[in-house]
Amino acid sequence: MAHLFFAASIQRHIAVPEREVAATSVDEALGAVFADEPRLRGYILDDQGALRRHLAVFVDGRPVRDRRRLSDPVDDKSRIYVVQALSGG
Amino acid sequence: MSNRLVVGTRKGLFEFAWGDGPLDIGAATTHFLGEPVSMALADPRDGTLYAALNLGHFGVKLRRLPAGSRDWEECPAPVYPPQREGEAPTGRRSAEVQGEVQGEVQGEVKGEVQGEAKGEAQGAPNGPPWTLEQIWSLETGGPDEPGKLWAGTIPGGLFHSDDGGDSWTLNRALWDCRERSEWFGGGYDHPGIHSIIVDPRDSRHVTVGVSCGGVWQTNDGGASWRVTAQGMQADYMPPERREDANVQDPHRVVQCNAQPDVLWTQHHCAIFRSTDGAERWERIEAQPSNFGFAVAAHPHDPDTAWFVPAVKDACRVPVNARFVVTRTRDGGRSFEAFSKGLPPAPAYDLVYRHGLAVDATGTRLAMGSTTGGLWTSDNGGESWQQASAHLPPIYCVRFA
Repeated sequence: MAHLFFAASIQRHIAVPEREVAATSVDEALGAVFADEPRLRGYILDDQGALRRHLAVFVDGRPVRDRRRLSDPVDDKSRIYVVQALSGG
Repeated sequence: MSNRLVVGTRKGLFEFAWGDGPLDIGAATTHFLGEPVSMALADPRDGTLYAALNLGHFGVKLRRLPAGSRDWEECPAPVYPPQREGEAPTGRRSAEVQGEVQGEVQGEVKGEVQGEAKGEAQGAPNGPPWTLEQIWSLETGGPDEPGKLWAGTIPGGLFHSDDGGDSWTLNRALWDCRERSEWFGGGYDHPGIHSIIVDPRDSRHVTVGVSCGGVWQTNDGGASWRVTAQGMQADYMPPERREDANVQDPHRVVQCNAQPDVLWTQHHCAIFRSTDGAERWERIEAQPSNFGFAVAAHPHDPDTAWFVPAVKDACRVPVNARFVVTRTRDGGRSFEAFSKGLPPAPAYDLVYRHGLAVDATGTRLAMGSTTGGLWTSDNGGESWQQASAHLPPIYCVRFA
């Protein structure tokens, strides 16, 4: 199962403990969390379902390439971090 | 006079309630400390307080505080519908233009309809991404529309709610107007609706101001819209485009509540006033400057309005570094400049388009600057009392 972390900056708005998720893509991994916490979706994705401009997602230390559909693959060993980018101030 | 004020700032919402005498900054109740609050609204119909937050990383959020409650609720923010790949504004024209065409040549109308049916290229290149960037205006519907709210946004969509913010709907009649393809950003990357005026005589008559996109009106509750910016002049455009309605940049549009056919606009290029319900606008040359962002209309006297001038668009500081509030009481023929109680020169305060408010009596005003200065006046702007010089940058002030 992929391991998914959300930065503290997100936690102060919505509590999202780190967790294991069954997923083959970043989109699937986030979808699993959104199913548990629907409010979180609007904090992470914009109106068109793309990753918000000033957020970053890293998979095993590498930033995702597909910010629009989040199709970057993940596997059972992946560690996914969702953090706020400093470009947002 | 109103004794409750809400102030939206770069780092929170400040709520003041006071009795006689000047506003005391120490008496403020703070909400959402540290978070940008782009707009606030106190609903006079049921006492609910709304706050639009612009959490830069996490998007726009909306909160409401029901009257008598201590806890803010999160209500859904407006969400734009899915945008198809390469989608541009549709070919539908605004109602006014349709009427003109039908009055002229029926064949031309048929040709246009046939063109649409064939899927010919419509409108101009793609507009902004369909995603909410900011709630820039928030107003209630009429007293006959309990629960009705209007939200003006960047990148230019107008939303309404019929249930006090539990759900929102994009007004497609305005969003799909082909003219919207001519709109562009004024101070922001994308256009936005900063002013929403509901006619006190008829809740279905709504006027909105767009930077940059002119002034638009509906008389059927939003089912159809027409642009009404005749008389406005965009000096920043090439000469042949200066009077185009869709490129106008009204910074703020306000209405005299007692005489709703009188409206004032602080425009990027000048002050404009209408006496026929925003159908036509008259340019007014003001002193010490035509330029500014904010305007407040006296709620009862159609000839009185207040402004906070700056030098010009290329120099957005007070004229001669003397921070003043100006007032006209003769419909814009002459202006008085007031500085009593305001910081002495040199002072470089700037007041944004939502940074000036007048209460329902027309006697008390509040003003907040981008440098965190907050002032009130109890005599129609003739003198001011400073509540603070150290608030975060102020986005909006509203009497509640």
